[in-house]
Amino acid sequence: MRETRIIMGMPVTVEIVEKTDTDNTGVLTDCPIVMKEVFDYFVYVDEKFSTYKSTSEISAINTSKLAPADYSDDMKEIFMLAEKTKHETDGYFDIVNREGKYDPSGIVKGWAIWNAGKILRRRGVENFFVDAGGDVQTAGFKGGLKSGGKNGKGYGKGEKWSVGIADPFAKNYGGTAMTGAPSRVVKIIRVSGEGVATSGTAIRGQHIYNPHKKRDKKDDGIYDIVSLTVIGPNIYEADRFATAAFAMGKRGIEFIENLKDLEDGKKLEAYMIDKNGMAIMTSGFEKYVI
Amino acid sequence: MIKKLLLPFVVIVGFVGFIVYGRIKAAPRASVPATSASLMPTSAFVPVTTPTTSSTTTSSTAGSASTSAGQYKDGTYTGSVADAYYGNVQVQAVITNGAIADVQFLQYPSDNGNSANISQRSMPLLKAEAISTQSATVDIISGATQTSQAFQQSLTAALNQAS
Repeated sequence: MRETRIIMGMPVTVEIVEKTDTDNTGVLTDCPIVMKEVFDYFVYVDEKFSTYKSTSEISAINTSKLAPADYSDDMKEIFMLAEKTKHETDGYFDIVNREGKYDPSGIVKGWAIWNAGKILRRRGVENFFVDAGGDVQTAGFKGGLKSGGKNGKGYGKGEKWSVGIADPFAKNYGGTAMTGAPSRVVKIIRVSGEGVATSGTAIRGQHIYNPHKKRDKKDDGIYDIVSLTVIGPNIYEADRFATAAFAMGKRGIEFIENLKDLEDGKKLEAYMIDKNGMAIMTSGFEKYVI
Repeated sequence: MIKKLLLPFVVIVGFVGFIVYGRIKAAPRASVPATSASLMPTSAFVPVTTPTTSSTTTSSTAGSASTSAGQYKDGTYTGSVADAYYGNVQVQAVITNGAIADVQFLQYPSDNGNSANISQRSMPLLKAEAISTQSATVDIISGATQTSQAFQQSLTAALNQAS
């Protein structure tokens, strides 16, 4: 079952392979209840962290209406994770924007997708993806339903999820793949359990800046890079490091290559595209390529 | 190390800048005789007015009557080999009617379509390739987040029709 809704200003798509709910005769059915739980979570995150909503907690913080002691647990967690990320990225990741306000969207998105995946796992879903605006958490395998799967849930080992890296020079599609429709991509990777995030300049223009510069300058190098895709052990790691590495400009790919201290020792891989259509990839990236 | 990396990029960017500048300047001044020396190429791109010996080149060669009134003299020009840190880049520019009509890469890192190891450089583990676009059916597209209003409107309208 696949469903897309517009939340947080972007298409959020959830696909669940398993039939997780039971009808009144005990027969396994599709999963609208679990699906709703995931979408409700994204709505909750949006209402708490959206800087566009005057009623959000982050807006209350930015207008000094909320003291740090009164922050919610989720807000405290995001601030803690943002501080950790800032430290790990030599200050390139910073949720304080040019106006001096907090804008945690650079870390909230990956975190929310990651948590959505946790919700699905708690409900016994082991084969799914959660995609928000082109950043995705995958789990298990797609399709290929066979009888006699684990716990009688009716799935077998299918294929890994295929993720296309969008052509950054094409400007005509969203972050979510339309079922069965071909898309313009520059690379196809296969993942199962990993998170994939892309930072880039397409469509929105330059929306990430180098916090070490007072103003964007042409010599930042950030203008030379149009797309940076990171594959991580989960979407939270992939997204935050993709954002930070993109802000580093050309040397962002080196940063990813040299990053070592991830939990459980897993490594990040990345694919960076410059404005001339040249790509540079980390040493282990190709193992994901079909 | 940064300096080592920057220099080739500066060279490349300089070249690209030259091309862009050339395009911008060439078009509106097409009626002006090519008298300006200020637009002489940078060191990264030395137009060798080669009598083209390549059998694949069809453009007029230097020495032919370049009577056009554009910024450049008509002909086929081969750039010098520029060292990007991921490999060598060399281009050929075709000037027609005083403007850049075409730019082709004679050398491009891994132009055989395979990615090549960046050897003897400070980042020996990284690999480079020219991207190649393909049309493919995949489960998910990973790309820059698109949250523009126009995009949302369009998508919402599409979804409304689909539902």
